[in-house]
Amino acid sequence: MAIKVHSYESLGTYDGPGIRLVVFLQGCNFRCLYCANPDTINPQGESKATDPQDILRMATNQKPFFGKKGGITFSGGEPTIQAKDLIPLFRMLKKEGIHICLDTNGSIWNEDVKELLTLTDLVLLDVKEFNDIRHRRLTGHSNAQTLETAAWLEANEKPFWLRYVLVPSYSSFREDIKALGAHFHPYRMIERVEILPYHTLGVHKYEAMGLDYQLKKVPQNTPEELEEARILFETYFIKVYVN
Amino acid sequence: MTMNFKPGRWNHHVDVTDFVKTNITPYVGNASFLTGPTERTKAVWNKCLEALAEERANNGVRSLDPSTVSTITSFAPGYIDKNNEVIVGLQTDEVLRRAIKPFGGIKVVEKACRENGTEVDPKVKDIFTHYRKTHNDGVFDAYTEEIRSFRSLGFLTGLPDNYARGRIIGDYRRLALYGLDRLIEAKQDDLRHLTSPMTDERIRLREEVMEQIKALKEIKILGEQYGLDLSRPAETAQEAVQWVYMAYLAAVKEQDGAAMSLGNVSSFLDIYIEYDLAHGTLDEAHAQELIDQFVIKLRMVRHLRMQAYTDIFAGDPTWVTESIGGRFNDGRVKVTKTSFRFLQTLYNLGPSPEPNLTVLWSPQLPEGFKDFCAQVSIDTSSIQYENDDLMREVRGSDDYGIACCVSYQDIGRHIQFFGARCNLAKALLLAINGGRCENTGTVMVKDIPVLSNDELNFEEVLANYKKVLKEMARVYNDAMNIIHYMHDKYYYEKAQMAFVDTDPEINLAYGVAGMSIAVDSLSAIKYAKVKARRNDIGLTEGFDIEGEFPCFGNDDDRVDHLAVDLIYYFDEELKKLPVYKHAKPTLSILTITSNVMYGKKTGATPDGRAKGVAFAPGANPMHGRDKNGAVASLSSVAKLRYRDSQDGISNTFSIVPKSLGVDRESRIENLVTLMDGYFVKGAHHLNVNVLNREMLEDAMEHPEKYPQLTIRVSGYAVNFIKLSREHQLEVISRSFHERM
Repeated sequence: MAIKVHSYESLGTYDGPGIRLVVFLQGCNFRCLYCANPDTINPQGESKATDPQDILRMATNQKPFFGKKGGITFSGGEPTIQAKDLIPLFRMLKKEGIHICLDTNGSIWNEDVKELLTLTDLVLLDVKEFNDIRHRRLTGHSNAQTLETAAWLEANEKPFWLRYVLVPSYSSFREDIKALGAHFHPYRMIERVEILPYHTLGVHKYEAMGLDYQLKKVPQNTPEELEEARILFETYFIKVYVN
Repeated sequence: MTMNFKPGRWNHHVDVTDFVKTNITPYVGNASFLTGPTERTKAVWNKCLEALAEERANNGVRSLDPSTVSTITSFAPGYIDKNNEVIVGLQTDEVLRRAIKPFGGIKVVEKACRENGTEVDPKVKDIFTHYRKTHNDGVFDAYTEEIRSFRSLGFLTGLPDNYARGRIIGDYRRLALYGLDRLIEAKQDDLRHLTSPMTDERIRLREEVMEQIKALKEIKILGEQYGLDLSRPAETAQEAVQWVYMAYLAAVKEQDGAAMSLGNVSSFLDIYIEYDLAHGTLDEAHAQELIDQFVIKLRMVRHLRMQAYTDIFAGDPTWVTESIGGRFNDGRVKVTKTSFRFLQTLYNLGPSPEPNLTVLWSPQLPEGFKDFCAQVSIDTSSIQYENDDLMREVRGSDDYGIACCVSYQDIGRHIQFFGARCNLAKALLLAINGGRCENTGTVMVKDIPVLSNDELNFEEVLANYKKVLKEMARVYNDAMNIIHYMHDKYYYEKAQMAFVDTDPEINLAYGVAGMSIAVDSLSAIKYAKVKARRNDIGLTEGFDIEGEFPCFGNDDDRVDHLAVDLIYYFDEELKKLPVYKHAKPTLSILTITSNVMYGKKTGATPDGRAKGVAFAPGANPMHGRDKNGAVASLSSVAKLRYRDSQDGISNTFSIVPKSLGVDRESRIENLVTLMDGYFVKGAHHLNVNVLNREMLEDAMEHPEKYPQLTIRVSGYAVNFIKLSREHQLEVISRSFHERM
């Protein structure tokens, strides 16, 4: 089965360790208000139906650039939407010895997703908010499954990175971050926590698509806000990075 | 006091390679031993900064002597700050004062003087007009109508017919290791063996060797002017640096070749420094001082140029290329502490385009050195990298340097004839226009069939293109043979050749420009529908493109292989032609900054590029067409075969710091990994810029804030604020790899 690919970034340095081939897949079940890639949301949106062999070939060609730490990252969109079609590709990548990251919101759960996660070397789990009401306001969905997916990763000894987009007045509440910290503090499988600053680089895409950008009035984080959040996260986690 | 080094073949023959191999102390540690500049160094460099400010204020030329013809000995000694100079010697009697060298061409000198607000001395003009012929006159006497037409219409451009060819590197280390007396003796011995029969070649070589001996004798006088006894070998580390510099200084006094490269002196000098350190006569601060002060001198080298030259080689480059690192064929690394010390000058003195520091990269180099290189690149954007494993494998020597931008040269045993470049994109338009120039309608190549249809057919265009390239190779070869014949005759590099083996191997370095434009155009014709729009005399004015086509720079074999095939074909055509002095032809994919001027002279192309738009530099993918990120772009370039372009494949890579990673540590690590990957894939060369576009834009508006802002262009580095506005805009328009 063909995989719907939105685009590639062959020098990915922010989505997992080392240098990575990042494959942005088309289609997402969330509707995050701040989404920087609105063009990847619609599963029927403009994308390229790609033979998994082509992706495998790209990754194999690029292997010398991966070094000791790098590899391939599937991002999106929400890659687990295409879990079933990704499984054979993941198997082939593993056979080639290529390190696989999966950047997911953790909200989709079925047997295919479970198998995909099993084949993944490192999960980048995006938790958008800990407070479910605020999570719904921000994404249009509950965070319940995301937290369950995290628990599954922990129980199955699957290493993951926790990623948190800091949107001022949407996901910047101290009490929510504290609650998240307290919840995940005992987790052994969280190798690293990344705070992703909120940015408006995707706004022009909304205009181009004739969509209204709802967070127009939200300013980007100040360095002080980021530092404050980092210190707060560090009370719960050892390795905290601001991307 | 003589220094006691490990003996070897070098004791009985002039063989610096053997000396280095026998005595080198490879260093596998990190950069923590390095020191800052001494007070003396700071004092000298501050004087230079003042002089550089004056130079900028005075339109790029601080001062100029229009009367004294520059020879090895014609200028009185000059100093920057005599009491603080540890290494002495200037090209003229004053720092940043330029000299005339009319052996290359009196008209060139006249023009350059006039453009700088002065007139060349009438006596000099009289001599070089009526009594002494120049290189430039010789070439134009012999040029055919055909060559003139290919040259003036922009098919062959930047030929070294109105400036000196450069590219020859003397083994300047020889002066330190042997001293002049021994070198003169060796050359005299060579001359004695050049006996009958007296063929043209033999006579010419005898005359050349005699010229070299005279140059060596003049260098002795140059040394005396500065109170140095160069007749004997260097006896301390300070003398070794000074001796090497004197040999190089003689070259840049006598010649103003486009590229006057230095070779690979750092690890040679390290042997002397290690010796003195071990004997307690030198400490680290003073070892660094020697290198800092040597580098200051190299940064002050200047040549007098005319505007037409600056159009193709922007930013007043001198290409004092110094090659650092690499490995021996036996697997030992050539990295020494002095490799680090050379890079450290970019901190101690600030970033600078010269000397053109070139790291010979191998994934096998010590991690500490690789990390330091990446760090210096991130901080200064002043280094370029070349694939040491690849060059040693294909070319053979493990004691080589880089001439000019990217070109391998086996030091002391090989030289090069520089050949500028021809325009592959414009040649493609000949194939589409029945052999006529797209701008003027001039018939350049006869018997090229007119295309059957305005909708271009790939096979038909390709067949024509091959015929055009064959003819272009022929004319190009003719021009090269004439140029190098005349350069030898009227402007022979006696000071440099005095430090090269008698009768060395020679490469004739051809070049191409506009490769990615030609290749994307072929791809458009092959994979999309391209229709030519023609004017009333049938010349193409533009192209209508329907459908998509793959572009070079996306790791897509469909188009990347068109590039590989094109270069292979043209290189093979060039190899079929007879070459002056039996030189071996090589080919480069390198533009320097001529990609702007070449673009200007080239009409609209089938890839959708409009008339006059600058080409991408060197082997770079065209700006903005590499859609899949930097690694895909690098992978495409890595496919070009070094075996088919042994003069070098230049790729200029610009990335914003953030794109390399989240923090300094990961940026260094990722840059190292990126280069390991690129070179493992068989790529040849990489210029690395780590810069923000905004900084360059700000520097255009406020140059005074960025006096030392350095950026790698194509195979060399320039001071950004010295570029013309047009070149600055072209640099800014290039692909900067940014995060999505």
